[in-house]
Amino acid sequence: MAQVKNRLTPFFENITFDREDNELILNFGPQHPSAHGQLRLMLHLQQEQIVKAHPDVGYLHRGMEKMAENMIYNEFMPTTDRMDYIASSSNNYGFALAVEKLIGLEVPRRAKVIRMLLLEINRLMSHLFWLATTALDIGAMTVFLFAFREREYLMDIIEGYCGARLTHAAIRIGGVPLDIQGDFLHQLKVFLNKLPQNIKDYEDLLESNRIWRMRMEEVGVVPTEMALSWGCTGPMLRASGVAWDIRKEEPYELYDEVEFNVPWSDKGDNFARYRIYMEEMRESAKILYQCMEMYEKCQKDGQTELMAHAPKYISAPKLDIMTQNYSLMQHFVLVTQGMRPPVGEVYVPTESPKGELGFYINSQGGPYPYRLKLRAPSFWHTGILTDLLPGHYIPDVVSIIGTTNIVFGEVDR
Amino acid sequence: MRVYKPKNDVQAKAYYTDRYYVAPQVPKQEIASDEVFAADLETIKTKFEVKEAYIQVEQMVIYINPHDIYGLLELMRDELEYTQLSEMSAIDWLAKDNTFEIFYQMLSMTKRKRIRIKYFIQNGQAVDSVEKLFRSADWSEREMYDMFGIEANGHPFMKRILMPYDWQGHPLLKTYPLEGDEFAAWYEVDKIYGKEARDIIGPELRDTARVDRYDSKRFARLGFEVPKGTEITEDMESTVQEYQEDGGVFLIRKVDKESSKVIDDPQR
Repeated sequence: MAQVKNRLTPFFENITFDREDNELILNFGPQHPSAHGQLRLMLHLQQEQIVKAHPDVGYLHRGMEKMAENMIYNEFMPTTDRMDYIASSSNNYGFALAVEKLIGLEVPRRAKVIRMLLLEINRLMSHLFWLATTALDIGAMTVFLFAFREREYLMDIIEGYCGARLTHAAIRIGGVPLDIQGDFLHQLKVFLNKLPQNIKDYEDLLESNRIWRMRMEEVGVVPTEMALSWGCTGPMLRASGVAWDIRKEEPYELYDEVEFNVPWSDKGDNFARYRIYMEEMRESAKILYQCMEMYEKCQKDGQTELMAHAPKYISAPKLDIMTQNYSLMQHFVLVTQGMRPPVGEVYVPTESPKGELGFYINSQGGPYPYRLKLRAPSFWHTGILTDLLPGHYIPDVVSIIGTTNIVFGEVDR
Repeated sequence: MRVYKPKNDVQAKAYYTDRYYVAPQVPKQEIASDEVFAADLETIKTKFEVKEAYIQVEQMVIYINPHDIYGLLELMRDELEYTQLSEMSAIDWLAKDNTFEIFYQMLSMTKRKRIRIKYFIQNGQAVDSVEKLFRSADWSEREMYDMFGIEANGHPFMKRILMPYDWQGHPLLKTYPLEGDEFAAWYEVDKIYGKEARDIIGPELRDTARVDRYDSKRFARLGFEVPKGTEITEDMESTVQEYQEDGGVFLIRKVDKESSKVIDDPQR
């Protein structure tokens, strides 16, 4: 059957494109290479200047919160990968931590160290990806190729650990499924030893570049009040004069045992955000070195446990399942029916590469969460465009979207 | 006899629960066990009625009256230094007592504390918008309206945000099935071709793993391609495809699988 032309009439929000005044309406997206996904912006323009911006999201909406209500807790883990797919282990971790807090589980130390290794590798991957794509948007092709090369090495390392490159599902509720394999640590060390030089290369390419500076400095200034009011977190908030990092202020895992700094700036512009991403990569490398030491110490002390011991909620190790009848029975029940956390609710924030990633879980004692709310940082970093873009010019839109580092898997969930 | 399935909650249910199973509770602490929370609660109590308050998993939870929310958040922002509204949304209790539970997740960066403010509203009742206090509520209230149909009074742009503007139904209600209702199933067909095309086009194939090796119109046979529309039978001879001509193509060398090597060390 032939498609009836003009049947699909576009629906715009009370927008008439024929206007009496000088205002022009520009429909930016939803398919736009610098929108980093499916973002549609309705921009009202006076000449080249934006007077009103209306971000429209939802093109990647898959109803994850709805899916969560219909899945047992362990089943939901791979779905969290698809939120911020640039750094998927951090989503896995946020969810696992929320359920662990709900149950009241303590994770073995070796698992904590491996989790921290994964989290910081993910942060590096995310920041490298950010640098690559933003630089490409501004027109710096070389930085894009360099940063993607380094990201590729990290993805190889992650692939060596869990077999996946983007959607890792590398963390379980109660610990991690696998110990570090093969030459993971060696490869990571090789990578980290080269990283300072790599970061310096990017900086040399960008910071003395007139175009980069002109498009970054004094562009997209987010005042502190606006950042707080819009619920901005992560680098967006730290660039606006609030040195707030959840790893430092409300430490989880072993972040209170490692030493690192929280870079922040009071400028609030694109360039400040760019500097913070670069400095955070250095800090992540610092944390990774310390984690590797911690891991070697775990090995020396003979701490081999990877999953917490909680027979009501977590399956026993494979050896027990294969040899002991009761462990097998429990494993069967946990896989087919799912764990039943206690009645109660919990909101757990973690510092994902993009900002505060929070999981609110309301459990009614059943194997399915009664309500699960995903608090994704990018959602508000997209919303702030409403207030941030007016006054800027069209080319600034691209660089501002770039530095807000939004990922649409996370915005639309 | 048919198994009874409640209409007011069509979400997945545990298929077996022991008759004597009593679900444990996440422990709640007294407010007095935390000085900062106790002081905050005292200030709040001087101006607003607090129905219930406790600490659960390091965060204070307080229940208030629905009409107090604007004033309370203003007090918390200006006097108690809770400068960020991290999150707000609703929980559907329609099946239980025809109410929604609304929660606001507040963060104080100076005190490093988080408070969750909650209240109940009746089905059909609107909430007061706090968009003027926290701009982040602009989008979260729109999301709440989109997902639950709860409207916010005084919101500047109460429109759907994630679902299409012409969508029917509110997806996060417990009465809304996971796989969508009839409107959802035919949304694209109705919109593009019209309702009369439903019979011709047929329902959407929801099995993402479905592969029909005899259907050469909709499925590629990777490495075994045949012209589109070819009738494929079981006794058909193999149609293995080689991609590079023996004579060679200009500028392209044929890959020799024997002499190719795998790079062991990716970082070299």
